[in-house]
Amino acid sequence: MLEPKQYRPLLSVNNLRTSFFRKGVELPVVDDVSFEVSSGETLAIVGESGSGKSVTSLSVMRLIPSPGGRIMGGEVLFDGMDLTMLPEKRMYDVRGNEIAMIFQDPMSSLNPVLTIGEQIAESLRLHKGLSKGKAMHKAIEILRTVGFARAAEIVNEYPHQLSGGMRQRVMIAMAMSCNPKLLIADEPTTALDVTVQAQILDLMQNLKKEFNSAIILITHDLGVVAELADKVIVMYAGKVVEQASVRELFNNPQHPYTRGLMQSVPKLDQDEDRLFSIGGNVPTPDNFPKGCRFCTRCPQVMPKCHQQQPELIKVGDNHLSRCFLHEAADV
Amino acid sequence: MFNYLLRRLITVIPILLGISIISFAIMQAAPGNPAVMTMDPTISAEARARQLEALGLNDPIPVQYVKWLSGVVRGDFGLSYTQRRPVMEMILERLPNTLLLMLVATILAMLVSIPIGIYQARKRGSALDYGATVFSFAGLAMPNFWLAMMLIMLLSVQMGWFPVGGVSTLGADFSILDRLHHLILPALVLATSDMAALTRYTRSSMIDVLNQDYIRTARAKGLVERTVVYRHGLRNGLIPIVTIFALMLPTMIGGSVIVETIFSWPGIGRMFISAVFERDYPVIMAITMIAAVLTVIGNLIADICYALLDPRIEY
Ligand SMILES: Nc1ncnc2c1ncn2[C@@H]1O[C@H](COP(=O)(O)OP(=O)(O)OP(=O)(O)O)[C@@H](O)[C@H]1O
Ligand code: SF4
Ligand SMILES: [Mg+2]
Repeated sequence: MLEPKQYRPLLSVNNLRTSFFRKGVELPVVDDVSFEVSSGETLAIVGESGSGKSVTSLSVMRLIPSPGGRIMGGEVLFDGMDLTMLPEKRMYDVRGNEIAMIFQDPMSSLNPVLTIGEQIAESLRLHKGLSKGKAMHKAIEILRTVGFARAAEIVNEYPHQLSGGMRQRVMIAMAMSCNPKLLIADEPTTALDVTVQAQILDLMQNLKKEFNSAIILITHDLGVVAELADKVIVMYAGKVVEQASVRELFNNPQHPYTRGLMQSVPKLDQDEDRLFSIGGNVPTPDNFPKGCRFCTRCPQVMPKCHQQQPELIKVGDNHLSRCFLHEAADV
Repeated sequence: MFNYLLRRLITVIPILLGISIISFAIMQAAPGNPAVMTMDPTISAEARARQLEALGLNDPIPVQYVKWLSGVVRGDFGLSYTQRRPVMEMILERLPNTLLLMLVATILAMLVSIPIGIYQARKRGSALDYGATVFSFAGLAMPNFWLAMMLIMLLSVQMGWFPVGGVSTLGADFSILDRLHHLILPALVLATSDMAALTRYTRSSMIDVLNQDYIRTARAKGLVERTVVYRHGLRNGLIPIVTIFALMLPTMIGGSVIVETIFSWPGIGRMFISAVFERDYPVIMAITMIAAVLTVIGNLIADICYALLDPRIEY
């Protein structure tokens, strides 16, 4: 995974802090999050709904809904530039060109009134300066590589004429059209049938191999993580609680929350929604506990956990976990 | 599409028939005989009977209706009681003035409200958003006769910037500038309430659209904000507004009655008012039918716009 000779992270997020403001109150939805991804590498971000995965990825793209939300601190180093400092004008060249994004719901993520071709060609014309005709040609070509046999007809169709899986492939085609260095996929398969899910994930793997892109894969599905990711960060209530290589995480989960997740991996007869079934709910950002954010649900909670916030502690090679239990073990 | 419109046109026929029967019946139910009232009281009884016969007023009411209808189908709305000339001729003289006024008012309403509504949606919560909101509610609440009189008093009488009424300067040669000069105030007054409503609808429709996932996708592509809003947002945002548009036409017809009267604008709105006072039934019937037809046309235009804007609509 981490080969020292070529290791230089493409993206390195350091102490990112993104907040939303409601009635003047700051809600730290993403709090002190750090991670790195290199070219050709897949980083998975897992965590329950509301843990801040999407906001983290939107922060990288600088697409936090504004007014309402804001990046409060930290840096997002991409290819040597700090994206949080970049003028908006320069961001336009990064988005869609160097960093592309696929969203969860392919049903609503494509513009209903523009043809598929127009929507793919748009990126190519914008970033690669192709003429209208050339861009449309290229769009057909890309649609072929993502598996559309009827690509030449699909370009003239509208999103409502396609199935969910087809639309997500169109989203991938759109995202990959400018050969981005980094692809962020925010739950790309959650809305799709299981069989279609496998196809989409395969497709992303192939594209990663072909272009040596880095991928950030946000998902609920630990099975997908095990299969596709090189390393994983586990998020809980806006914080990274554990970070490790995939093998390490699955073989040796350290944080009580991660262990809970592992135990609740679905049996064959369970459906998707029941995936995470640790008792209780994630606290909402206006309701974060003062101490460890997991203290309201942690089976191993200690008195100290209610008072202080634990730091990320090194618990192995490239393995960090945010829990007081590890300190206790050290003493 | 064409077939759909044809089908729509056919379904419209019973509606128009219904409207005509109801208006005809209401006028028959009103007491008194207006045709007689407009006659010279000194003429002989036979002369009067002859005139009634000529106007077809001695027939039973259903027969009168059928006669009227068969005339209408041939473009003949009968004779005006007061002017004793074909109603169609009178309408054709004035309808262009009204249509011009409504067209300019509509364009004015669109040109002003849509950009303002979009701006408000983009900068909601800003001072300008609040300012525009206050103005639109004021525009909605303000009676147009009052607005018309204020504008005439301030801008025409006191400042002398605009003529107080009419379509053109009397006795002057035709000039577009002169016509526009006369058009501005009445069109502005006629447009005001629709302008206000349209601004509100554009604002809320665009707020809705700009929160959609596909707008986020457009931003994630690296498109500049202007392209995101106008290319990806506006076409979607306009879809619900088209409906409002169709509803605007009837209110404009109603508004034109008042505006034309105040600005002495020789259109069918003013003609309608005097016809009502004079109980000139053939004229009232004709204008009612024209208003109904205009409303139907407004709806058809809205349907065509839907089809052009939204590829999901199938016919
Ligand atoms: N536009 C917004 N305004 C206010 N709060 C928001 C906004 N977007 C997200 N949040 C809040 O930020 C927190 C994190 O949301 P986020 O969407 O990142 O979660 P997530 O981990 O992606 O969850 P999911 O698995 O459901 O997608 C949530 O508490 C959410 O309520
Ligand atoms: S710090 Fe305490 S509450 Fe938090 S995970 Fe560790 S043991 Fe549980
Ligand atoms: Mg999310």
